Amino acid sequence: MKNNVIFKGWWLPLLLVAPQLIISAIFFFYPSGQAIWNSLFLPDPFGLKTEYVGLDNFTFLLSDSYYRASFLTTAIFSISVSVFSMGLGLYLAVLADRLIKGAGVYQTLLIWPYAVAPAIAGILWMFMFNGRIGLISWYLGLLGYDWNHALNSGEAMSLVVVASTWGRVSYNFLFFLAGLQAIPKSIIEAAAIDGANFWKRFRSIIFPLLSPISFFLLVVNIVYSFFETFGVIDIITAGGPEQSTTTLVYKIYADGFIGQDLGSSAAQSVILLVLVGLLTVFQFKYIERKVHY
Amino acid sequence: MIEKKKSGYWLSHLGLCLGVLFIFFPVWLAFVGSTVTQDDILQPPYPVLPGPHFFENYSKALFHGGPEGYDTGQISVLKMLINSTIMALGITIGKIIISLLSAFAFVYFRFPGRKTFFWIIFLTLMLPIEVRIVPTYQVAANLGLLNSYTGLIFPLIASATATFLFRQFFLTIPSEMVEAARIDGATPMQFFKDILIPISKTNIAALFVILFVYGFNQYLWPLLITTTPDMQTIVMGIKFMIPTGDDYGHWPTIFSTAMLAMLPPVLIVIGMQKFFVKGLLESDK
Repeated sequence: MKNNVIFKGWWLPLLLVAPQLIISAIFFFYPSGQAIWNSLFLPDPFGLKTEYVGLDNFTFLLSDSYYRASFLTTAIFSISVSVFSMGLGLYLAVLADRLIKGAGVYQTLLIWPYAVAPAIAGILWMFMFNGRIGLISWYLGLLGYDWNHALNSGEAMSLVVVASTWGRVSYNFLFFLAGLQAIPKSIIEAAAIDGANFWKRFRSIIFPLLSPISFFLLVVNIVYSFFETFGVIDIITAGGPEQSTTTLVYKIYADGFIGQDLGSSAAQSVILLVLVGLLTVFQFKYIERKVHY
Repeated sequence: MIEKKKSGYWLSHLGLCLGVLFIFFPVWLAFVGSTVTQDDILQPPYPVLPGPHFFENYSKALFHGGPEGYDTGQISVLKMLINSTIMALGITIGKIIISLLSAFAFVYFRFPGRKTFFWIIFLTLMLPIEVRIVPTYQVAANLGLLNSYTGLIFPLIASATATFLFRQFFLTIPSEMVEAARIDGATPMQFFKDILIPISKTNIAALFVILFVYGFNQYLWPLLITTTPDMQTIVMGIKFMIPTGDDYGHWPTIFSTAMLAMLPPVLIVIGMQKFFVKGLLESDK
């Protein structure tokens, strides 16, 4: 913070930051500390007292095949959602950027799913594939394919990925479009005069210039798929079948509220906390580097 | 356009139209579902053109929570919409106010603990409420905040994105402005009210859109913290309309409710598109 002129006094600024500090303390720091604390204890079956068990909750978790499977599930889910929504977003942004007129209209037509709640997106897609009556599952049935995402784990995963991707394309589209429009047209024109066709220009000029933003989007999309897609999964599959769509966040909820296994749920929170912390540090490191360039 | 080839131009339009089709298709089907009868939906194939029951379905959902004789144990969708709007506005306005105040303090004052507090708030950037959901629920329950607007709103305000955005913006304001205000004898709060807030208008509008969408679309937290139907928000209330097991559910009502749940945030994003784009591109960096 450089040469900003500063007001005098110390009680006024303390008063000004107080609301945010108090709310953070009550609803952020205390619960986070509580999660760490609870992860070291095991409540007895009657909930009367808890017993200190050290790292037992963690060692038990890591030996639990369902928990280990939820890591893989989370990885498959978040990488698929990120790659598909970024791919589609980039594709549409490149097309819109090529237009002289009309890019604005397409932008309006493409960005609004950002405002649709993941849970609502889940309802829309769930119904299209709803066994007996959904539009797509019914036509698939006519073609002889019996779609049932309540029983088939591959279909369940595809459906939650498609529903989440649908809601996420607009976000990536906007960032890629802004990135493309920031590339000076003179560079691209120069390459065109040198005889580079569209694909050549895209590969050797546009894509490298977009790589910082792509990397940023990858991290943001992965974090998004970790947390914000809870509604999609809860509505479409509720984590099933056989926990095949139970992501790390969904498992914290399922074990903590439905299974009432507070120690395990708290330990999972701590593991996720570390994981997201690492991702964030990674992202900040990267942004710092970008600022230097 | 560098090459003036017609074919590439039309192919661009074609590709974009396909994208628009993919985006609109599910919502179109939901709209169709909200204008037909239950029987139209239960007898495949699913209709692809709207029927004549638009007003009937929407008015029954809005004012009765469903058709007569169909007991969902639900409140009216209108009440859910009101709850959602109160929650969304509470989160939005609350977050903007506390962030403006603390960003003002961090940028324009030097006070004991400034660095420490800054890092404390910085930490809250990292973890969404989903990670600490169980203990946060216990805190809210212990404070007696279940089934209250306070409980719906405050835990979701505890994050620092807006504070950082305002801080960054304040740092770009030329120091001559502060100096001029001081020479004119303005107190810090006068400077805040008469200069800082007016020049932050665009940023406030941009954040308003992002935060309203975020608040309105909350699902997990309201699901946990509301146990009585009359506090349900629309995005989570719809979950209880969906049939489980062999039940059929009343789909025209579900689709009307889904359409109504999308309407407020979509209208705000489209109506304030300029601010939305600005807010989105800046708030995540």
